[in-house]
Amino acid sequence: MARMKFLCDADRCIECNACVTACKNENEVPWGINRRRVVTINDGKPGERSVSMACMHCTDAPCQAVCPVNAFYTTADAVVLHSKDICIGCGYCFYACPFGAPQYPRVGNFGSRGKMDKCTFCTGGPEKDNTAAEYEKYGANRLAEGKLPLCAEMCSTKSLLAGDGDIIAQIYKERVLKRGYGSGAWGWKTAYRETITS
Amino acid sequence: MTASVALLSNVARAFTLLALLLFSYPAAAQQPSSVDPTTSAVHEEQLLEKFKTIQGRGSIPDTKSYTLEQPAGRDWRHFHEVTLRVIGAVAILGILAVLVIFYLSRGMVRIESGRSGRTIVRFNAAERFVHWMTASCFIVLALSGLNITFGRPLLLPLMSPEAFTAWSEWAKYAHNYLSFPFTLGVILIFLMWIAGNIPNSVDLDWFRRGGGMVGHDHPPAYRFNGGQKLIYWIVVLGGGAMAVSGYVLIFPFYGTTVATMQDAEMIHGVIAMLFVATMIGHIYMGTIGMEGAFEAMGEGSVDLNFAKEHHSLWLEEEAARARSSSAPGEPTAAPGD
Repeated sequence: MARMKFLCDADRCIECNACVTACKNENEVPWGINRRRVVTINDGKPGERSVSMACMHCTDAPCQAVCPVNAFYTTADAVVLHSKDICIGCGYCFYACPFGAPQYPRVGNFGSRGKMDKCTFCTGGPEKDNTAAEYEKYGANRLAEGKLPLCAEMCSTKSLLAGDGDIIAQIYKERVLKRGYGSGAWGWKTAYRETITS
Repeated sequence: MTASVALLSNVARAFTLLALLLFSYPAAAQQPSSVDPTTSAVHEEQLLEKFKTIQGRGSIPDTKSYTLEQPAGRDWRHFHEVTLRVIGAVAILGILAVLVIFYLSRGMVRIESGRSGRTIVRFNAAERFVHWMTASCFIVLALSGLNITFGRPLLLPLMSPEAFTAWSEWAKYAHNYLSFPFTLGVILIFLMWIAGNIPNSVDLDWFRRGGGMVGHDHPPAYRFNGGQKLIYWIVVLGGGAMAVSGYVLIFPFYGTTVATMQDAEMIHGVIAMLFVATMIGHIYMGTIGMEGAFEAMGEGSVDLNFAKEHHSLWLEEEAARARSSSAPGEPTAAPGD
């Protein structure tokens, strides 16, 4: 089985936010929630870099480990998903997540933030594949249709890569070799405990 | 003539060469054989080493999303999964073991001189109301809080995930909303009993003599003995810390960051475990640990001999006050009877 990963080639990202828009549209993400966002570091200064970030679907995911009700599960493709029927909206995953992925529909205090929502790698949820119930809660299930996440598929500069970790790492390695530079796979060390050496 | 022409042409050639050198240099810089733009770029590892988190700028209104990475969650996870569970298990099982051993070896501490049949008011209705309001909130808060730490390994295997979620969700709401009457109770306890809970030299003597728990000694005490003062300050300071750290978690991002909330959760969790352990001890002392103690918070009055043995100085104070304020011949309590 493939081990699904995201990789953002920061040397290619032009901060167009197409990935953000694609994700919101494809998954009908509720108002106020962004499953994916682009962060620009050192904005306007020399050496500025933009990175598109969402849930990285970590190896041995911290959210899954700390969840008090065991709402998370990791699929055979190593995609980290959660059940909104089990989630109690306590916010523990959000304390643990290194990438700020878990979000809540209400900014609410009093702990009434609602069920957690995050990137599903366009893999839906525990419901039957591609049903209305699955779509309503989790959004599209493109993986079940043999497609990859739309954010990466739509990336105008092919900066954002999604797919089998080994294949996208190979693509990145070849790019770095050809152009002679690369600022590394952002988040990989934290998420997967490994990095791409070129 | 020829010589001067040759010289001129040499000079011209030299100038041309110089000009070529001068103007061709920038052009060469624009088209290098290879360029590494990442040398001047930001590096993930350097940023993480320097700041622990990576912050940037985004174009969506949610400014919290401008934090790109915050790997500290990995450490916090270890605390939640291992450290807190160890602290909780040691504190709670430890105090239970101590109490069981104590009960088996000493049994209930009896009123040594037996019941006199006469009682003295120890806590009035308002005091008892505040105590039981705080206590009942505490029990719900403790159970719903322990569920967050121990529910998944201990309770979830016993029931369906849906049932566990339903219970945990109600427990979460109860935990959040009952924090308000609990906090009010802690504040009222602080104000209501502060006068009798200032530590003094009598307490030192009380602790030195083992509080009457070991052996059959009855060290003198005012209204609250050394042990009770300890409970009082644990409730006031511990409860205060629980309230502050809890409200930091209830109101996310009100001047806090994820890092602050991780710290708040750690403080909240550790104090909670110690608090629960302390209160198990308190419940033991107020029920099966000591004869006549429950009545103080139950009906509000204790047997005179109980007061004499455990709060001798307080009884003297009360008796003196009764003598000076009540009508002659109708003392509410008199020592020495």
